[in-house]
Amino acid sequence: MNKSEKFTARIKRQEGPGREPYWEEFELTFRPGMNVIIALMDIQKNPATRDNKKTTPVSWECSCLEEVCGACAMIINGVPRQACSTLIDGLETPVVIEPLTKFPLVKDLVVDRRSIFENFKKIRAWIPIDLTYGAGPGPRVSREAQMKAYPLSRCITCGDCLEACPQVNSRSPFMGAAVLNQATLMDSHPTGRMNRAERLAAVRAKGGIGDCGNAQNCARVCPKDIPLVDSIARLNREAIIDGLLKWLEK
Amino acid sequence: MKSNIIIIGGGLAGLMSAIKVAEAGQHVKLFAIHPTRRSHSVCAQGGINAAKNLKGEDDSVLKHFDDTVYSGDFLANQPPVLKMCEAAPGIIDLTDRMGVMYNRTPEGLLDFRRFGGTKYHRTAFAGTTTGQQLVYALDEQVRRFEAAGLVEKFENWEFMSPVIDDAGTCRGIVAINLYTMEIKAFPADAVIAATGGIGAIFGKSTNSIVNTGSAVSAFYQAGAAYANPEMVQVHPTAMPGEDKTRLISESARGEGGRVWVPRDGKPWYFLEEWYPAYGNLVPRDVASRAIFKVVYELGLGVEGRPVVYLDISHLPKEDLETRLFGIMEIYQTYTGQDPRKVPMQVFPGVHYNMGGFWVDYDMATNIPGLFAAGEAEYQHHGANRLGANSLVSCIYDGMAAGPAAADYASGLKTRSEDMPTSLFEAEVKRQAAINAGLTAKDGNENLRALYHEMGEVMRENVTVVRYNEKLKGTDAKLRELLERFDNISLPDGGQSLVFARELKNMLILARAITLAALTRNESRGAHYKPEYPKRDDANWLKTTKAFYAPDGPRFEYEPVDISLIEPRERHYELE
Repeated sequence: MNKSEKFTARIKRQEGPGREPYWEEFELTFRPGMNVIIALMDIQKNPATRDNKKTTPVSWECSCLEEVCGACAMIINGVPRQACSTLIDGLETPVVIEPLTKFPLVKDLVVDRRSIFENFKKIRAWIPIDLTYGAGPGPRVSREAQMKAYPLSRCITCGDCLEACPQVNSRSPFMGAAVLNQATLMDSHPTGRMNRAERLAAVRAKGGIGDCGNAQNCARVCPKDIPLVDSIARLNREAIIDGLLKWLEK
Repeated sequence: MKSNIIIIGGGLAGLMSAIKVAEAGQHVKLFAIHPTRRSHSVCAQGGINAAKNLKGEDDSVLKHFDDTVYSGDFLANQPPVLKMCEAAPGIIDLTDRMGVMYNRTPEGLLDFRRFGGTKYHRTAFAGTTTGQQLVYALDEQVRRFEAAGLVEKFENWEFMSPVIDDAGTCRGIVAINLYTMEIKAFPADAVIAATGGIGAIFGKSTNSIVNTGSAVSAFYQAGAAYANPEMVQVHPTAMPGEDKTRLISESARGEGGRVWVPRDGKPWYFLEEWYPAYGNLVPRDVASRAIFKVVYELGLGVEGRPVVYLDISHLPKEDLETRLFGIMEIYQTYTGQDPRKVPMQVFPGVHYNMGGFWVDYDMATNIPGLFAAGEAEYQHHGANRLGANSLVSCIYDGMAAGPAAADYASGLKTRSEDMPTSLFEAEVKRQAAINAGLTAKDGNENLRALYHEMGEVMRENVTVVRYNEKLKGTDAKLRELLERFDNISLPDGGQSLVFARELKNMLILARAITLAALTRNESRGAHYKPEYPKRDDANWLKTTKAFYAPDGPRFEYEPVDISLIEPRERHYELE
């Protein structure tokens, strides 16, 4: 796109839960480096539709603007992604912007993704340290183990992977890739491994890994390029082996 | 009996405070604008300092302490700085135990790298996303306490005002639910403000856009002393952008990155030439001023634009991928250029607030019942923060403020539940009336335009180089913006209403920053006045304390505690 070129953003809006959604079109002016956040800020400064009708500014969530907080996930031209790292240049126009659909809608592009964190509780996604008082250094971790775990630890819980997953929907309790990946990450830590059994029990339970349909959409949309397919496969192996051992012990 | 402690802010300081209070068996209500996992601390990149001395350099806590005080140009009270440096190695161990995926040596030990303002490998790191990993580790521990019923989270709630009783004691807060716009009072036996930085006052900064300083300003307007408002750090290397200036971590230089501009057709490594002892790793205030000089005085910005090169393209490929991946990813996402191949273009950007709530050595503000932690308080960084000290200070503050607040609450004679409900109802009513007043406004001023003007004038005049005439002009402009604020109209009653409240608070705090800078006639750390180019210990070795008054801040000054290290002049050009 050229500097000062006009383009249209088509945005799905909704006053609140249970209200009728509607679409509005805005005419915006392109500048080099412009991302979807800047486009939304332009609307915020001058909330008027393409046909010059006054409207309310679009509500959305964002914070860091450098793709590390995960707040600004939305569907842009059909793909769930982060508004801050989606540059206008290179997008088809009109740029179509919708809220994520797999989470309760709050307003316009704002959705409530707290279910991800609730699921973190279910799988006990934490390292069970004793207390925060001086207990000396942490466990030794090999370079290889760190290099394998670090990419998994970069998940920003944006919810893009859940949005893209056909198994995550209103009729299914599937917790999705972001949550399962957290289990893999915790299991890969020497101390985290100690409460692996209870974590794997949650992973095998309803809504857990059994609901994964291996569509692999999660890895395709992940903005941090986390090897989610591999992460879930590793977890699956662990869950199967752990389940088998439990069965043999019976 | 269990006390009820409110913590405002879900970044590292708030999360660590919550862990400590819950661990002491007390009950926490944790308020955050976004889910805590999205807090601004995730943006910290390069690492966290602790003198673990694992590289055979004879590093020590006392050297870390000295580097911190020296880098801060002796404005910090020294005993609390020493305590932080003493706690630092234990903080690294603790977060390592919590599962932070720190980079490792071949033996499986923590790896350390260099950072600005020091000669030692003192910075532990997880790639260039150290803050993110630390937030996640603490967030997970808090979630554990949440599951155990000791922590109750109020995410997507924004703090509005403190509830202060007739005796001047803080008894709770009023907050607004950002999803429903419900306004509610929450009584508390003690409140910890861990509300982070103020970057948004400068329009564009390396901060997240939630870092408005609005909460700090609301407490300041309620009587909290605000210390060293004039001390704002400008980071030397950030990517200029329209929506924000994105940080390119100091670790790029810690790993061997070099800053240069073309001169006479050749690269000129001006930091290395001017500061041979520290080279590219001079402290941030020094580096930012040097870049300003090269660009604005010598006219040597790249292609005539206000940018310089930060070059990491010569570093070993494997180091780039395992140690600097995060910043390369950010740079490439926003510019389309690969820093492995071409030098990055960077310029200084507003980064960190050394000032903040005045607190005593036990993290208590001047309002009984109110404590402060993290970037929101002023205690550890003096006039210029040492790189990689922010993460350690935030976690240290939580470890100190949590127990301090819990102790205070346990010793209370009258508890929050004994207070009349009318106290809380009155504050809710007052806040609802402010909202109604804003919603009823029907003027022709545009909220976002006022915000833009504030950011421009603050960036232009109250950052790297400060002149008294321009500071006076800035304050006049801020007063004009406050008047025009009365003539706004809100385009909606949701996010715009919340932003209007933040903007008013930002404008009020901006005046304290500007006028504190105007008053301090010397140069110290990040505060540089060409008209007063020298540090003036005889007159200005003192902490600024700003108190709110409707017609403008009133300043008091108190001497700095220099009981441990004798102040000396700062020199980074020689050993």
